[in-house]
Amino acid sequence: MIYIIQNYWQALLYSDGYQMTGVAMTLWLLTISCAIGFCLALPLSIARNAKNPVIWFPVWLYTFIFRGTPLLVQLLIVYTGLYSLDFVRNSPALNEFFRQGINCTIVAFALNTGAYTTEIFAGSIRETNFGEVDAARSFGMSQFTLYRRIILPSALRRALPVYSNEVILMLHSTTLAFTATVPDLLKVTKDAYSATYDPFDAFGLAALLYLCISFTLIFAFRKAEQHFLAFLKP
Amino acid sequence: MISLSGFGGQIAAGTLTTIELSILSLLVSFAIGLAGATAKLSKSRVLNTIATIYTTIIRGVPDLVLMLLIFYSLQIWLNDFTDWLGNIQSTFDIEQINLDPFTSGVITLGFIYGAYFTETFRGAFMAVPRGQLEAARAFGMKPGKVFRRILFPQMMRFALPGLGNNWQVILKATALVYLIGLTDVIKACQNAGEATFNTFFFFIIAGLVYLALTTISNGVLMLLERKYAVGVRKAVL
Repeated sequence: MIYIIQNYWQALLYSDGYQMTGVAMTLWLLTISCAIGFCLALPLSIARNAKNPVIWFPVWLYTFIFRGTPLLVQLLIVYTGLYSLDFVRNSPALNEFFRQGINCTIVAFALNTGAYTTEIFAGSIRETNFGEVDAARSFGMSQFTLYRRIILPSALRRALPVYSNEVILMLHSTTLAFTATVPDLLKVTKDAYSATYDPFDAFGLAALLYLCISFTLIFAFRKAEQHFLAFLKP
Repeated sequence: MISLSGFGGQIAAGTLTTIELSILSLLVSFAIGLAGATAKLSKSRVLNTIATIYTTIIRGVPDLVLMLLIFYSLQIWLNDFTDWLGNIQSTFDIEQINLDPFTSGVITLGFIYGAYFTETFRGAFMAVPRGQLEAARAFGMKPGKVFRRILFPQMMRFALPGLGNNWQVILKATALVYLIGLTDVIKACQNAGEATFNTFFFFIIAGLVYLALTTISNGVLMLLERKYAVGVRKAVL
């Protein structure tokens, strides 16, 4: 344990001297994929509740496919599958993009969490009280103002507890990044394990670090809930 | 018509392994979940603390990290254990116990998802009206019978949505066992893809297999939910 901490603490936390690794990499992956997923989910969740089947069906298909298959399979398709296609290798821009493991990882993670987040937001938009919508309409609000002022602020607040779960699960999913050679916390841990052949200490240390990140996130979300859901207090 | 280039048999065998693995892990985690929920709701403070520590730690740590931790450490602990047994009792020789990826996959997945089942069952146990349990006890039923006849059937109705979720998560988590060396549907598809230089197509096949499995289990869950909701009146809006 002491040996691993002495030799790997820097790589486990932020850098191995050449690039960002460890906890920093894990947090970066989590932040960027959740941010892209959030931006993706916001319009898609509105489209998911549309009356026109031409609009909601593609969104439903997207969430169905991405929620029905394991993230590992999606990552393998983006990382090794796409690169085996000729047109990807022949186009310089795509070739450059998909050759980087981290780009593939972010694409797969963002699409995956985007699908789950879409369903979470769509469910909470669907649960909006009809009275609020009627009142807003009778004030003469346009559809856009209705969503911006009434539906989205309340729906996103109500989605917060479920969304925090999704972020924690996404943190757990970032461990898959090492299959695409991204030097995240688990990759460094595996290196430490290969150097010491001491699985309990190496992976136990990683488990502790992940536990700390999870608890910090849970704490932050609890604070956010106290702030944004204060009106629900008894 | 799509052609699997002769890898159909391997992929089918891999699919079967995936299904076996997920069903066995479901059973293990179901049992652990029932025990854990009972411990969490019991009056004993020791059991309470153990169950709380278990669910907190397991749900805070990524499943892949736990899987690697348990997979690699369990073998070492087993070796140490058999060594120790052989040392204190040289009269009979103990063979080394080797864990294959399948067994350790079942053990680790069961152990990890047992924590999630504990929380699901705890909520469901608390949703059963207390008056019914007291009435059953007043009829002179023993605790085992109260559990079998009153608590369990009603608890299942409340637990089913959560159970369905957990089952889908377990099904998808079996993909992780490929990373510790099990020949499941992903490994079979990877082999096929590397042999035919068409990894994209074969990983899509793997995805379709999982999609089919989750869709089928969605249907089964809907039927189960209907079965356990028999005799419950729903509000008509």
